[in-house]
Formats: sequence, C-alpha cells, structure tokens
Amino acid sequence: MSAVLETNALVKKFGGITATNSVTFALEKGARHALIGPNGAGKTTFINLLTGVLEPTSGRISLDGKDITNVKAEARVKMGLVRTFQINQLFAGMTPLQALGVAVSERQGHGRDWWRVVGTKASVTDEIVEVAERFRLTDVLEERTGNLAYGKQRLLEIALAFACKPRVLLLDEPAAGVPEAERAELLETIARLPDDVSILLIEHDMDLVFSFAKKITVLVDGTLFADGTVAEISNDPRVRAVYLGEGEHG
Amino acid sequence: MPTKAAVSRLSTLGRWRLPEILFWLAAAASVPLLTEYHLVLTEIAIIALFAVSLDLILGYAGIASLGHTAFFGAGAYAAGLFAIHVTNDPLLGLVAGAVAAAILGFATSFLVLRGADLTRLMVTLGVALVLGEIANKAGKITGGADGLQGVFMAPILGRFEFDLFGHVGYVYCLVVFFVLFVVARRIVVSPFGLSLLAIRDNPLRARAIGIPVNARLTSVYTISAAIAGVAGALLAQTAQFVSIDVLAFHRSADALLMLVIGGTGYLYGGIVGAVAFKVLQEILSVWTPQYWTFWIGAILVAIVLIGRQRIGNGVMGVWARLTGKGGAA
Repeated sequence: MSAVLETNALVKKFGGITATNSVTFALEKGARHALIGPNGAGKTTFINLLTGVLEPTSGRISLDGKDITNVKAEARVKMGLVRTFQINQLFAGMTPLQALGVAVSERQGHGRDWWRVVGTKASVTDEIVEVAERFRLTDVLEERTGNLAYGKQRLLEIALAFACKPRVLLLDEPAAGVPEAERAELLETIARLPDDVSILLIEHDMDLVFSFAKKITVLVDGTLFADGTVAEISNDPRVRAVYLGEGEHG
Repeated sequence: MPTKAAVSRLSTLGRWRLPEILFWLAAAASVPLLTEYHLVLTEIAIIALFAVSLDLILGYAGIASLGHTAFFGAGAYAAGLFAIHVTNDPLLGLVAGAVAAAILGFATSFLVLRGADLTRLMVTLGVALVLGEIANKAGKITGGADGLQGVFMAPILGRFEFDLFGHVGYVYCLVVFFVLFVVARRIVVSPFGLSLLAIRDNPLRARAIGIPVNARLTSVYTISAAIAGVAGALLAQTAQFVSIDVLAFHRSADALLMLVIGGTGYLYGGIVGAVAFKVLQEILSVWTPQYWTFWIGAILVAIVLIGRQRIGNGVMGVWARLTGKGGAA
C-alpha cells in the first residue's frame, strides 16, 4: 500500500521546547490509523503541523507525494486534508443546514458567488442531503446549532469535515465528552465512514482505538515512540510502561 | 423525501418576506405622501445606507469599526471633487465615490485584518482621524474647514433637475438606496454571505472547512466601503456641498448607535436604527435643543439594559393581540 500523507523528520520547537521531535510518519491509503500518547505527548502540535495551523521548524509534509509544507491551511483543505476538533468548533448561530451549505458550496468552488442565493444549485443540495443522512442530522437540520444535543453537535463536527470531501480525515478525539446514550450512534457513524477516506484517529479512549484502528502510532514527548499493528502495540511492554506510568495521574 | 424538503428550504433564505415588501411599499408611498418631509427623509435614506454598509461588516463578518465614516467621507469628497473637476453627472459621481471608497477600503483592509476586536477599533478609528486631518489640512483641494464649495450637479440622466425642496433628491436617494439594499440583501444570503457568517461565528473552523478567511474579509470590507462611499456621494450631491463633518468621529459613532438601536445582522437594523435615530433627534432637538444628545444617550443605555429582544417581544405581543393571531400565547 502506498502512503497518502507523509511527514519527513518533522520538527517543531517553541523556544527551547521541542514539541515535535523529528517525526517521520506515513498514513496509508484507506488507513484506519490511531495516534495515541500520554497527555503532553505533542499529538495536538502534530495535528496542527499536518493541517497547516502551525509552521514546522524543519522537515517536510507531503500529501499524495506533493510537498505541502508551505501550503496554507485552507488550501490543504481544498486538497483533501481535513480535520475535526477535540472541542467542538461549530457555527453556533447558524443551523446545521446553513453550516453544511457553506461547507459544500465552498468545496464545490462556489464560495465566492455573491449573486446566487445559497442552496439553489442541485449539486450542492444533493450533497447536503447525502451528508445529513450519513450523519443522522436530518431531524435537526433547521435547529440552531447551539441548541443541539451534544451528541448531535459531535456528529455535526464530523459532518462538516466530511462535507469537504476529505481524502485524509484527521479525527481529534471524536467521542470526547459524548454521553453514554449518544455514544453508540456516533461510533457507528465513524465505523461506517467510506473506505477510500484515509483516517487518522487521535484518541485517548483505548476501547475506541482498539475497535477502530488497524494500526497504531504512539507519540511520547514529541517523538515517535512506537509504530505497528494493534496487536504489536498492545503487546509492546514499553508502551504498557508509558501508559501505566501515566495512568496514575490521568 | 423529508430530508430533501428540509434542504431545499435553505434557498428560502433569499425569499422576500411580507414585512419587507410592506416596508418598501411604505418607503415608496413616502414620495407622494410625505412631500414636506423630503429633506429629512433624504438624510435618513443616506444615513440608513451608511448604517447598512456598516452592518455588512459588523453584523455579518464580525468586524467592529469605529471609523467607518472614513469611507463615507472619502465617497463624499470624491463625488464632490469629481463634480467640480471632471463632470457633474450624478450617476458617474456615485461611481467615483464608490471607487474611491473601495480603493481606500481595500488598502486599509489589510490593517484591519491583522488584529482582534480592540486592535480593529483602534485601527479603524485611526484611519478616519488621519483622513479627517488630511481633509482639514489639504484646504486647496478640499476647502479645509470651510468645506468643499461649488458642487453643482447636472440633472439626473440628463432629465431630472435637483430642486430646492429636495423632492428629486429624495427620489434619487431612495432609488439608489433600494438598488444597493437589494444587492446587499442578495450578498448576505449567497454562499459568499454565509461564509462571512461562518467566519464571524468561528474563524478557526471556517478556515478548517477551506474558507479563505482573510480574502473573504478583504472582499466584504471593500464592498462595505464602496457602499458607504455611495452614501457619502449622495450627501455631497444632494447638499451640493461637502462639509469636513463627513469625516467626523460622531458619524462613525452614530452609525454604530443606529445598529445598536435597530440590531445587527439582518440589514433592516440599520434602517430601523436610522429612522429611530433621526426621528428622536428631530423630536428631542425641538423639545430640548441643548440637551438632546443627553436624551439620545439615556435612551441608548435603556435599550442596552432592557435588551432589544424584550422590546421586540413586547411589540410582537401587542401586534399579536391586535391581529388576534397570538391568542393567549
């Protein structure tokens, strides 16, 4: 299998602190890959580097073999590298319908159309219908996003990313904070994401990691600590040591 | 399929609603019915257009400005100078005002984009102050503190001459206002306009779904500046004079007040605010000529404290009782 997203000796320093220490990483096409690590391991920094929120101190990032190290964040999205956020980043004053309308219009290249009423293009509305059904948002499409149940907000968080037609989807703790009753719906939706979307899951929840991922990468102190299949990682004594050691202070 | 029906309702955002249509019919009716008020109505149309232009950036894109009159003033001076030195055709003058303000808006948008709210307030304020001082000092061109004299306008479209009582001027302003309002209204329900709302609500996420945030803000800032410039040009043409007051701080503040009174983010707030502001000003300045700003201030504080929402609900309640629709609800 070929890699769709790669980093080569990626380094990020904040003053004297090295948050990402020469990480060379590859995400394969169609991957279900989890990135784990104790708190402060540099997972978020790594994601911010991948998505272009932060600029690396050195090293390279490539998407489909193309160097994207200096490509702007929003342009990376247009190239198919999309993320969700650990803490919901939604448009509170808009309805899910409007938010999806924005995302889909933007993705189809109509974001600058100022003379056309939104939602008058069939290609846009068809796609909204598709995304809304996939993420079970059909009943709440016209409610104010800020008033939605948390589980629905979490689904919308992923739906917005999905509406950008990602080739690579970075899911940052998608199940964080979701109450037990709404959890099954969310996990099922994540499990049913299309196979051709390569997914990197950043997660603390080991149940979710083990049920979802085929491969796991462990990040500790900004360094790539271990990399392998689920079986290899779960039997790796060093990983166990890190996690048991950290488990004491959660 | 129910989902499809719901999604198809997205485009109803663009539909004109009955109260809107009634409002514009009423505005049109003011032409034959309120002839003795045409001068003050002209003023209202101009400041309402100015407030609407501010609403585009404040209510939709979330850019707070304390210096929006920079564009109003730039449009006024550009239209005035254009009439004196190039041609005194009114419509071409409007274009001149719009272009001058748009260029200024585009150039200063890069300063405005840099910061957060407080920085933006200071930068916009600063730009307007600098322009005001330039207009003051460049007396040879602008007339300085005496204002720009000798702005004589040709008849509109070569046919309609501006009259002393401001009847033609009012119709002219109202038509220009309506046309630009329709454009603004279309912009805010377009994919472009919705992307502005997304940026206002959450710029981080807007970027993460591929919206080029800075480019969008530059665009809307430029558009807003152009509309403010047209408002300024209308003032210059109907007054046939440009006072240095077009760049005064109080104009920026007044526009903000109008939006506070009328509400942001639905375009009509600027109109409601402009009407309320001007009517209050007229009433209070007759009643108590020296202290009317005191009362404007007091009313403003009351509005903010009580909350527009509650006032609105009260009005809607009365409306419901009158029409017998709401019942006991």
